[in-house]
Amino acid sequence: MALPVAFFALFFAWPVAAIVARGLKADGAWRWGRLADVVTQPDIRHVLWFTTWQALASTALTLLLALPAAYVFARLDFPGRQVLRAVVTVPFVLPTVVAGSAFLALVGHGGLLDDLWGVRLDTTVWAILLAHVFFNCAVVVRTVGGLWSQLDPRQEEAARMLGASPLGAWRKVTLPALAPAVAAAALMVFLFCFTSFGIVQILGGPTFSTLEVEIYRQTSEVFDLSTAAVLTLVQFAAVGAILAVHAWTVRRRETALRLVDPAVTARRPRGAGQWALLALVLGTVALLLVLPLAVLVQRSLDAPGFGYYRALTDADGGTFLVAPVHAVWTSLQYAVAATAIAVAIGGLAAAALARRDAGRLVRGFDALLMLPLGVSAVTVGFGFLIALDKPPLDLRQSWLLVPLAQALVGAPFVVRTMLPVLRAVDVRLREAAAVLGASPWRVWREVDLPMVRRALLVAAGFAFAVSLGEFGATVFIARPDNPTLPVAVARLLSRPGDLNYGQAMALSTILMVVCAAALLLLERLRTDRTGEF
Amino acid sequence: MQNKTLVAVAVGLGLIGLSACGSTDAKSTAGSKTVTLVSHDSWAVSKNVLADFEKKTGYKVRVLKDGDAGQAVNKAILTKDNPQGDVFFGVDNTLLSRALDNGLFQPYTAKGLDKVGAAYRLDKDKHRVTPVDYGDICVNYDKKYFADHHLTPPQSFADLAKPQYKNLLVTENAATSSPGLGFLLGSAAQFGDNGWQGYWKNLKANGVKVVDGWEQAYYQEFSGSSEGKKAGGDRPLVVSYASSPPAEVIYAKKRPGTAPTGVSYGTCFRQIEFAGLLGNAKNPEGAKAFIDFLVSREFQEDMPLNMFVYPVVQGAKVPAEFTEYGKAAQHPETMAPGKIAANRDQWVKSWTSLVLK
Repeated sequence: MALPVAFFALFFAWPVAAIVARGLKADGAWRWGRLADVVTQPDIRHVLWFTTWQALASTALTLLLALPAAYVFARLDFPGRQVLRAVVTVPFVLPTVVAGSAFLALVGHGGLLDDLWGVRLDTTVWAILLAHVFFNCAVVVRTVGGLWSQLDPRQEEAARMLGASPLGAWRKVTLPALAPAVAAAALMVFLFCFTSFGIVQILGGPTFSTLEVEIYRQTSEVFDLSTAAVLTLVQFAAVGAILAVHAWTVRRRETALRLVDPAVTARRPRGAGQWALLALVLGTVALLLVLPLAVLVQRSLDAPGFGYYRALTDADGGTFLVAPVHAVWTSLQYAVAATAIAVAIGGLAAAALARRDAGRLVRGFDALLMLPLGVSAVTVGFGFLIALDKPPLDLRQSWLLVPLAQALVGAPFVVRTMLPVLRAVDVRLREAAAVLGASPWRVWREVDLPMVRRALLVAAGFAFAVSLGEFGATVFIARPDNPTLPVAVARLLSRPGDLNYGQAMALSTILMVVCAAALLLLERLRTDRTGEF
Repeated sequence: MQNKTLVAVAVGLGLIGLSACGSTDAKSTAGSKTVTLVSHDSWAVSKNVLADFEKKTGYKVRVLKDGDAGQAVNKAILTKDNPQGDVFFGVDNTLLSRALDNGLFQPYTAKGLDKVGAAYRLDKDKHRVTPVDYGDICVNYDKKYFADHHLTPPQSFADLAKPQYKNLLVTENAATSSPGLGFLLGSAAQFGDNGWQGYWKNLKANGVKVVDGWEQAYYQEFSGSSEGKKAGGDRPLVVSYASSPPAEVIYAKKRPGTAPTGVSYGTCFRQIEFAGLLGNAKNPEGAKAFIDFLVSREFQEDMPLNMFVYPVVQGAKVPAEFTEYGKAAQHPETMAPGKIAANRDQWVKSWTSLVLK
């Protein structure tokens, strides 16, 4: 417990506090009056209002489209199910710059829809909403679908036998069992949309601004640190509230459900209704998720003889000091380091949280661990710059800074994956082993490890994919001569010329393929428990 | 419990090991023979010119490109107690006061400063910054569009609000883009502190389009640039630079006889870029040598084709492409940094609610 707490205090709480203090402290005195000043400004209220309603709308739209998909992936058996499940998850771990440009290539100026029918959605709120659905489908499909696939279908069948209508049986039996998972997923989606940055920045143009975008603009462009600090606190409070509700729904979900092996619950579709639903879901997935990714791949192949891919090995492009393909290597190294840190920190935290005697304080820490997911990356990035710049901890020149920031985002996923599995390990097994004379180390190796090994691998894989795609904090601290993949993509996209654009698409495609491969591996390893991701 | 302790120790050791690698890394770059330049993403210099500097002075140059101009300045201010480098290049007259008021630089009088035009020396008495280059932010037009439509291109700020140019202009967000801000300041210089808002109301009524950054405006929306043409850009007027037409020619696949775009010289605002010695520089001597280098003739003559700006040193030769396909503005709008500092944030705010909301 001590290590995760120290880690988050040092690499999260301290930098964030440092940057907030920088904005709100003048001549040694706190200026809390700024809070009211800023929050009552009409512009800021407009931002708050937009942030909230677009998040609500995005969440509703995501649930509308992803719940049927969750059902289909959980209960229907069809060829290619596993591959498609991985494909649905790819957008979630893609960096927003890549997703943003994929969407621009689809609905933007000169995009596919523009060419075909003259339809353009960029700089409209529709592009933002659709991109949010694209991103967050995975959260619903994995959280709700994961549980759905393990609910015993015989309970619903029993209700039917006793005379309930299909809808009635579903409403009385399945829905109550699923409701907490749906609520938890909806809250996570709401959180991600509420703190949306890249999507709004890229697709929304100058007219739309979420709280997170406004923090970025105030810090990075207007340099009004006190406004930025107030907005950071506002976002902090909002995210804290969302997470508190989330933690509460998660705990409610841990009430005993009779779970079965997902392999026996899925069947081939029967009847016109199920076939129609399957077709509908596959159609939506193809249109909303696969099409943007396909456009990306197509644009990367737009030069003869894989020209854009071959150009990646050329160091004389001028954009970087190294060949762009070097970024792949850099990213992989960072991601391995970040995964190691995230698994160590997240694993220890999960172990502490899983103990039966964990008190309220420890359980409160559970929600705190999720905070990095909802706190502005620019705040963390700037915080790193001004807090970790003095001995004994002068990390500013160190390459380690990037994996540390990425581990902050990866650790919550590790905790969420490990926790349910660790809680399920029967204490009596450990006690029995100890009674029979096993040392604590041996108990862990012989009892715990075999049970959590798969969860550990899944957690590591997810942390790896998330680190690979992390953009917000990395862009602030990555060294210019050593860009990661997403940073390289963003920089290529901001340069003129076909060659740069094509290379950006090629790099994005490589990133996408690596993420998809990692996720496909995870599908094979997936544990039978209700991990959340 | 023991197992966890073991893991904790292992991880702790790992972290220490990793940070040890990190710190040796830092030491190697802190040597006094390395000078670190912090700049924005547009920094560029010919390899042989830089190598020449390194050979002459014995310093090794490390470049840290830190985002766009505004971001780079802000980051430098935030980290000024323990700066990331020794010398900063790329603060312009619109942001100069922010850097100076925050005490980013320490005074240094560059060797060769006497050859820099007096009009560019905005910090004359204190010498905290040294002018390095200038450029003009002006409306560019698509020659073909205006020829095809038998229309004279607009010549002045006032022209842009006329009905015959309705829905033709795209500009950048003044809050997020430096040409966008320059164009706003130019209009404020032209119409005065109280007149510019009325002017922008007219521009808005006349269909001006605002996008976030220069790249998007120039390469996506503007019909005159080669990329813009491909992207289906449909706006023949864009806020860009006086040096954009030469750039169109130099970067063309096949060099045309004349530039495909022109400049409305009555819409220009002059931007001057400065370099300065960072307050707590670890290698002040190296930084000084580098600043001298920035105003040396060798660098000044190399600069235009790398960064598409004009030299500030008298007698520095401008490349033929610059004179053949374009020219600097004769009578650009200007504004004193003090005045910009006093009004910038308030103006950008009113501009945002006037034009974007």
